[in-house]
Amino acid sequence: MSFSFARLLAILIKEFIQMRRDRGTFAVMVGVPVLQMLAFGFAINTDPKHLPAAIHIADHSIYARSIEAALKNSQYFDFVAVAPSQEAGDRMLDEGEVSFVVTIPVNFARDLVRGLSPQLLIQADASDPSAASNALATISELATSALKDDLVGPLANRANRPAFTPVIQRRYNPEGITAYNIVPGLIATILTMTMVMVTAVAMTRERERGTFENLLAMPTRRFEVMLGKIVPYIMVGYVQLSLILLGARYLFHVPMIGSLYLLVAVSGLFIAANLALGFTFSTIATTQLQAMQTAVFFLLPSILLSGFAFPFRGMPNWAQWIGELLPATYFLRVVRGILLKGNGWVEIWPNVWPLLIFLFVVGSVALLRYRGRLD
Amino acid sequence: MSALAIDVRGLTKRFGRKIAVDGIDIAVPEGQVWGFLGPNGSGKTTTIRMLCGLLKPDAGSGTCLGYDVLRETGSIKRSVGYMTQRFSFWEDLSIRENLEFVARIYEVPQRKQKVDATIARLGLQERQDQLAGELSGGWKQRLALAACMLHEPKLLLLDEPTAGVDPQARREFWEEIHHLSQQGLTVLVSTHYMDEAERCDRVVFINLGRIVARGTVQEVIQQSGLITFVIEGPDVREFLPQLEGKPGIEHVAFFGAALHVSGHDRALLERALAPLRSRPRIDIRESEPNLEDVFIHLQSQAGVSA
Repeated sequence: MSFSFARLLAILIKEFIQMRRDRGTFAVMVGVPVLQMLAFGFAINTDPKHLPAAIHIADHSIYARSIEAALKNSQYFDFVAVAPSQEAGDRMLDEGEVSFVVTIPVNFARDLVRGLSPQLLIQADASDPSAASNALATISELATSALKDDLVGPLANRANRPAFTPVIQRRYNPEGITAYNIVPGLIATILTMTMVMVTAVAMTRERERGTFENLLAMPTRRFEVMLGKIVPYIMVGYVQLSLILLGARYLFHVPMIGSLYLLVAVSGLFIAANLALGFTFSTIATTQLQAMQTAVFFLLPSILLSGFAFPFRGMPNWAQWIGELLPATYFLRVVRGILLKGNGWVEIWPNVWPLLIFLFVVGSVALLRYRGRLD
Repeated sequence: MSALAIDVRGLTKRFGRKIAVDGIDIAVPEGQVWGFLGPNGSGKTTTIRMLCGLLKPDAGSGTCLGYDVLRETGSIKRSVGYMTQRFSFWEDLSIRENLEFVARIYEVPQRKQKVDATIARLGLQERQDQLAGELSGGWKQRLALAACMLHEPKLLLLDEPTAGVDPQARREFWEEIHHLSQQGLTVLVSTHYMDEAERCDRVVFINLGRIVARGTVQEVIQQSGLITFVIEGPDVREFLPQLEGKPGIEHVAFFGAALHVSGHDRALLERALAPLRSRPRIDIRESEPNLEDVFIHLQSQAGVSA
């Protein structure tokens, strides 16, 4: 039998028709490259600028104002808060409200004028080393240039050498080890990936095999089915969490400063939120393949826009808004906060209540979508 | 007259703009076996699903075992046994695990004894730990029926339970159904098999979502007013093309070596068949139409009117 162009055409036509009918696959084929291109092209910025910073001025002077202005002009620092005390600055760093605290110490102006090159303290949140590095690099350069306009007249000779000594404290990850940042982040992404997928597939499998009709014909209540489907996977989620934590501890030697009990508690919330989402997907998808595709669609931004792959603060606002709709974004901060910063309940709360709201909203949607009937 | 196990009026269901079931009334007295006939897509499955609370009717009302089909679906689900068209138990669970799951969901008292007894009655003691997916079609169907009966329902809704099952298993299945009905169980069973329909106390024939005939098999045949001639003889098949479409002949069908020619107008039928009478060794006689003749007639008739 020789090659037949007509038969080839027949198969081509059939494939195109089927491709067009299968909206899920089509959406993935178009959506994934668009999403990736947007995320990689626009949202990802390995030289993040406009990072939130706080300033603590213990010695008000013209020099203090000039330094603040110079830092701002470098584009790397956005002063969003004034820290009334050193402790207040520490708390802002702990809660992740700011990435830097700049402290101008007592007697800064006096020592500067005397040519003693006073210290300027810069504390940086280095839990994500790549986010902070370029910003910190500019500071030493500023030491010579920032005060040029102020050091005139008798002080002009001071202007040619560094007028002050920047002291940089890299907090939470002083050695700038990337794994410290990545491995805790993996907890959030791995749990997102597997939890959403397994529940989405578990329910759709019932539908695909026809057992769903049987389940519905039995006197089961919606909440019973949902809970019965979710609870076993919460346990699976905890097994995964334990594995990653063991790996983090013994393979990567990630510091674990905060309370593991607290982490375990918040993880339960995060796992439940993802399972509820997977359950919702399963009420939309009719085949296991569709369920997988929907899960991938959700997974991609969870990796790219949550702050896992790239510094969250380096992303443009629209990307941050999308990121702030994803539970992984908040859980990522919680995990890093607990493990690297030693955060307690109070510090992580701003990232816990969004998870609670997510769970409540998605859980309600899941229950509403799952009608307990076939229509 | 005994109480009604199913008593619904005007049951209607739309899917989008398509009307799947259009104002169906059914009243099944307790303890009877009713057959539900109709071509594929005529609304049998949709009707059964509305009766057991899986679909919400768009219009109509009524009761199933005294429970309101619109509001008391929970109670209906607890006391009705529903066997789906496709095997819908868990193929990755064993026979015992499936039965235990069902027993737990229905909160069957003395679960273990009940499951043991069911497995023993099915004769599956040796295979109870085998996965349900490994069973043959006939065994799957027996398992499904046993699982549906585990909570001792008062009403059994069976959606084409014997599709794809061999004749022996089908016969045993029907013996079981009659045995259960003697104990007071009401059964509504949809089927495509005419021999199965003939085993029912009453049949309901639906097409395009409407009931087009109902009653005992005899009544349905008589109501149809159909006149059927049976033509037998060698090479009788050759006549099919000449007969089809002739005035008075509504449809022609083969049954074994015989040709069934049916219509409503005796004179026209006689005229159409006259040329064949002169053929040698061809025997033409009038016969009572069988249920299948009526089935095909009802199906084509409703199709024309719609």
